[in-house]
Amino acid sequence: MLEGRVEQGSARLARASESAGSRLERWSFNLVLGTLAVLAALLLIAPTVVVLITSFTNAFSLRFPPPGYSVRWYLALWNDSPEILAAALTSLEVASMATAASVVLGVAAALALARQSSAWARLLDSIFMSPLMLPTLALGLALLVLFNLAGTGLSTATLVIGHIAITTPYVLRTTIASLTQMDPQLLESARSLGARPLFAFRTVTLPIIAPGIAAGAFIAFMGSFDNVAISLFLSDARSEVLPIRLWHIIEANLDVRAAAASGVLIVLTILLGIVMEKLAGISRHMR
Amino acid sequence: MSASASPLRQWQLMLPLALFFTVFVLLPLLLLGYISLHNDMELKQAGVAQYFKFFGDEFNLGVLGQTLWLAARTMLLALLLGYPLAYFFTLAPPRWQRVLILIIVLPLLTSAVVRTFAWVVILGRQGIVNSVLLSLAWIESPAKLLYTSSAVTVALAQIEMPLMVLPIINSLSRQDPHLREASLALGAGRWRTLLLVTLPLSLPGLLAGSLLVFAAAASAFVTQTLVGGGQLMYMPYYIYQQAIQSNNYPFAATIAMVLLVAVLVIVTLVNFAGRAVKGVAHA
Repeated sequence: MLEGRVEQGSARLARASESAGSRLERWSFNLVLGTLAVLAALLLIAPTVVVLITSFTNAFSLRFPPPGYSVRWYLALWNDSPEILAAALTSLEVASMATAASVVLGVAAALALARQSSAWARLLDSIFMSPLMLPTLALGLALLVLFNLAGTGLSTATLVIGHIAITTPYVLRTTIASLTQMDPQLLESARSLGARPLFAFRTVTLPIIAPGIAAGAFIAFMGSFDNVAISLFLSDARSEVLPIRLWHIIEANLDVRAAAASGVLIVLTILLGIVMEKLAGISRHMR
Repeated sequence: MSASASPLRQWQLMLPLALFFTVFVLLPLLLLGYISLHNDMELKQAGVAQYFKFFGDEFNLGVLGQTLWLAARTMLLALLLGYPLAYFFTLAPPRWQRVLILIIVLPLLTSAVVRTFAWVVILGRQGIVNSVLLSLAWIESPAKLLYTSSAVTVALAQIEMPLMVLPIINSLSRQDPHLREASLALGAGRWRTLLLVTLPLSLPGLLAGSLLVFAAAASAFVTQTLVGGGQLMYMPYYIYQQAIQSNNYPFAATIAMVLLVAVLVIVTLVNFAGRAVKGVAHA
């Protein structure tokens, strides 16, 4: 109440004492920062919109704006592109397995590390998070060297292992964040009422941290589905993933099917993103 | 109850991930370092010849310099555009915030290959930029926009911008809004308030975002190769070329180690500098 009145008062004071110079100052501030912010927002949206529009072209090249519109490239993608669809299935399979493993490893480690303030816990936390900062290509090469020396060769399994290394940090981060926000007294009262640790985890902790886990799993899934740097080294001819297939297409001949595939990916991402936002509030967990 | 057993059990829960990390992250990276310390491709002769080869050749130093310079420019551009966006986000009403956060987050979730592809379409010979410039008669024939280092910078800044904006939003929304209001009410003006109050207080988020963008831009293989084309060589493609196309694993490992250490050193130094500045700002 009082705060509001003080604010009102100070605002009135500011307006009253506003000279021409300070008006110019305010204008220039809003103009410069506003322009930059609008530019940033446009820049964030524009590429996606451009790809979506281009994917409906009826021409053989990626002209923008397209000379006419049709769904022919979506039909071509569905009917005559078994290699792109196969790569998409491989990506789906790898991303699902990597995400499942990340959730198990990440949630377990988060339960151990959250609320630990010892230097050890903090060191481990930053080590586990390090793949987000390292050049992933270096990790991909390092894993290739490891598998070559171990004589295992490359397979879907090696690819999944590589992906787990870079997707687990996301699950770890969002789960630790959810655990630190949780009221510790909830768990204590469950325990003091006689709940066994596992039962307390299942009925108290898990429902509370579930949105955090879901957000982490979603980000991990997208990160795996999108990964090139690791897959470049760890996938063999049989396990080619979608982003690498698309990379080859774009690099080689700029086939318009790449635009149609991109269109499908964009729409699916937006739909999945909105669903996850409603269910788990992913945007809260991404900061 | 089992008060003594439960901390032990909880501590054990990180063992699976610790084991996984030891075998599949730490061990491979050590192995990479070990391989880079061999003079020949058969890994029989140990030595630092690969590092002499890397640092003795101007071409290699140029590639390293170009990569770090690209990452730095990307970071600055993303900061210049991302900070105002984050700033207005925190001042916007909640309804607008929900829309804005989707605009900021969704690109991060959209495939990097797709986002890069968008830039190939935008900057291509028949792309939107060339169409507009041609129709305005500012140019007579399509300009070469793709395959330039400026194109890579702009594309990367757009692609990595969410990594910059989200930590800054986080930092800004933790600030006490009364500080800004007090500064304005006392007549500091908006520019001075931004530079002397808001900006210093948001330094942790600004630093975190900048470092994320820097690290991501330095290793953004897809964008660098597709928007940069074959003539611009950056470290990630150099690693790939030496390992997969030339099968020269020791040299590829050396390039990877150099990139790894360069990024880590810069990130650590900037972090330290940031903490020092923050200390001064608070003193």
